[in-house]
Amino acid sequence: MDTIISATGICKTYKLGQSTLEVLKGLDLSVNEGEFVAIVGASGSGKSTLLHILGALDKADAGNVRYKQRDIASFSQKKLNLYRNGSVGFVFQFYHLLDELNVLENVLLPAMAKHGTIGWFSHKKSIKARAMELLHRFGLADRIKHRPYQLSGGERQRVAIARALINQPKLLLADEPTGNLDSETGNGILKVLEQLNGDGQTVIMVTHDDNIASRGHKIIRLADGKIV
Amino acid sequence: MLKRRITILAIASIALCVFITLVVMTVHNGIVNEFKGKNHRFAGDCVVSTDSLVGFTYYEDFLAELRAKPFVFAAAPAIKSFGLLNQPGSDINIGIEITGIEPGEFSRATGFGKTLYYNRLQPQDAFAHNYDKNLPGCVVGIIMMQGGTDKSGKYHHSSFRSRYEFSISCFPLTAKGALAKMSTGLVNSKTFIYADDSHTQIPKVDSKMIYIPFHFAQKLCGMDGPDKRVNAIHIKFAENTSVSEGTEKVKALWQSFLQKNDDKKYANLLQNVTVQKWTDFRRSSIAPMEKEQTMLLMLFIMLGFITVFIIFVVFYMIISHKSKDIGILKSIGISAISIVNIFLAFAFLVGAIGSLVGAVCGWAFVSKANDIEAWLFEEYGWQLWDRSVYAIGAIPDQVQINVVTLIVISAVAASLLGALIPSIQAARKTPVEILQVNQL
Repeated sequence: MDTIISATGICKTYKLGQSTLEVLKGLDLSVNEGEFVAIVGASGSGKSTLLHILGALDKADAGNVRYKQRDIASFSQKKLNLYRNGSVGFVFQFYHLLDELNVLENVLLPAMAKHGTIGWFSHKKSIKARAMELLHRFGLADRIKHRPYQLSGGERQRVAIARALINQPKLLLADEPTGNLDSETGNGILKVLEQLNGDGQTVIMVTHDDNIASRGHKIIRLADGKIV
Repeated sequence: MLKRRITILAIASIALCVFITLVVMTVHNGIVNEFKGKNHRFAGDCVVSTDSLVGFTYYEDFLAELRAKPFVFAAAPAIKSFGLLNQPGSDINIGIEITGIEPGEFSRATGFGKTLYYNRLQPQDAFAHNYDKNLPGCVVGIIMMQGGTDKSGKYHHSSFRSRYEFSISCFPLTAKGALAKMSTGLVNSKTFIYADDSHTQIPKVDSKMIYIPFHFAQKLCGMDGPDKRVNAIHIKFAENTSVSEGTEKVKALWQSFLQKNDDKKYANLLQNVTVQKWTDFRRSSIAPMEKEQTMLLMLFIMLGFITVFIIFVVFYMIISHKSKDIGILKSIGISAISIVNIFLAFAFLVGAIGSLVGAVCGWAFVSKANDIEAWLFEEYGWQLWDRSVYAIGAIPDQVQINVVTLIVISAVAASLLGALIPSIQAARKTPVEILQVNQL
């Protein structure tokens, strides 16, 4: 299997007033296409930071991240936006849906950004069909006109996953996707991720829970900013 | 986003700023323009005059030259002096300003005819009356005649003119500036009969001025000698001639007139004559108003800065409130420029809706301000200002489209400016910076 994403020598330090906090200390990582990787570690071990760096939501102080052999640090701002928009899909612990938009609009948002105002109108029909397909698959077909605050936590997270998948990214990054849910609902979300992985979707999931991490094909354990 | 309460508050704050600016600017500009208009009507377009009570000679020649010019619509001479007014049987003398005019021609050159009450339609008959035919008529400033208005700002006239006689006395002067009757009774006196009153709406004029027939004024002031004199010539230009252009032409004409007459007797009197636009002629009256207008403009510029700041704060709050959304948008690959554009489009909408609401409300309020005030006066006896004290007939209610346009454009620009900095700041942050802050 080809490597989809790799990280070499990743360092990240946060400044907290006068002191500094070294979160990642020269971390190396490699994920192949089609894998379901779980990154597990205690709170503050740097797992979310690593995921943010892999998804280009944050920058590493040192080291490089290569997506399909290309160093994302060399990307222009435009390419970086395209990477965030089309190559990776991000699922957050707190869902991060837009309250002003309904379920369908939230899911369509990355596709709108991808195609722009003019392109949107020519692709609208097929994109909407894909959004409906995803929502149907996640059991949200009857919720498309609902606003996020009218949904349960599990439903919101499924909307967030549908949004992450709308542009058919090769890589799905999930940051504690069950962290804000009860165990039963969380289990439902994990099943969704497993199904997606079963369809060939590469998934990298961050969690602090060993039981949840065990659902992954590969477990990477982080402690004190390093893989152990 | 437009439905959120903070957005509605932002629209309301912009609407209020536009409303207040439109109302104050319309009312104040209206008062200033009305005041200028009154002074323009009072003076005509241009005035050839001297401050000296002696006046200047050869005015008939200059009048003939003026009247021959196609850019001159009308030119009328005037005698201006001071005198004493006494009602027969009374021992009270009042200091007055006397203006001697030919009412027909003077009405063509100025707005005098429109200030009359009884002879408004026949200003040439301004001095006509139905009493003693041997006594000439006079037109009296309305404040001097009636003392003031009632509470509603109205003067009252009966359908017929009562007989009032006024004795007017002047100190006649020779062309050399000496008292003409040093050895006799010093003053010239003449009795006039009230023919009409004049309401220029300029309190200083309406409370002091008496108009009398030109030749009687000339006689009373001692200007009727072989070298007849006047104090002023009021000019109205033809429609296609602007005041500035016409005044320049009159100045040139006067210069050549001066050269032609510089060797004549009393030519020295011509040296004191000035040719002025009505704005310069009435400078002492208009200048305080203009100064007030400039001060108001300065205050509005300050208000403008405050408005921009308020809008900036409002947008800063809105955008800070939306920072999570910015983080989300950035995390799905929307560019910083697109995010700035989203907020600018939002700011434009808020600014446009707010300023349009403010402009419409302001327009409606200003156009109904007089009706509202009249209703308040009728129902509760409340008045914005006492019409018997202030010479303002009505609250100016003519909204100028260019003023509205300027205010609306400024409000929209302020909204865009207010939104620009916080949206740039927000768009510059990395997605994780924003989302982590919101997560906390």
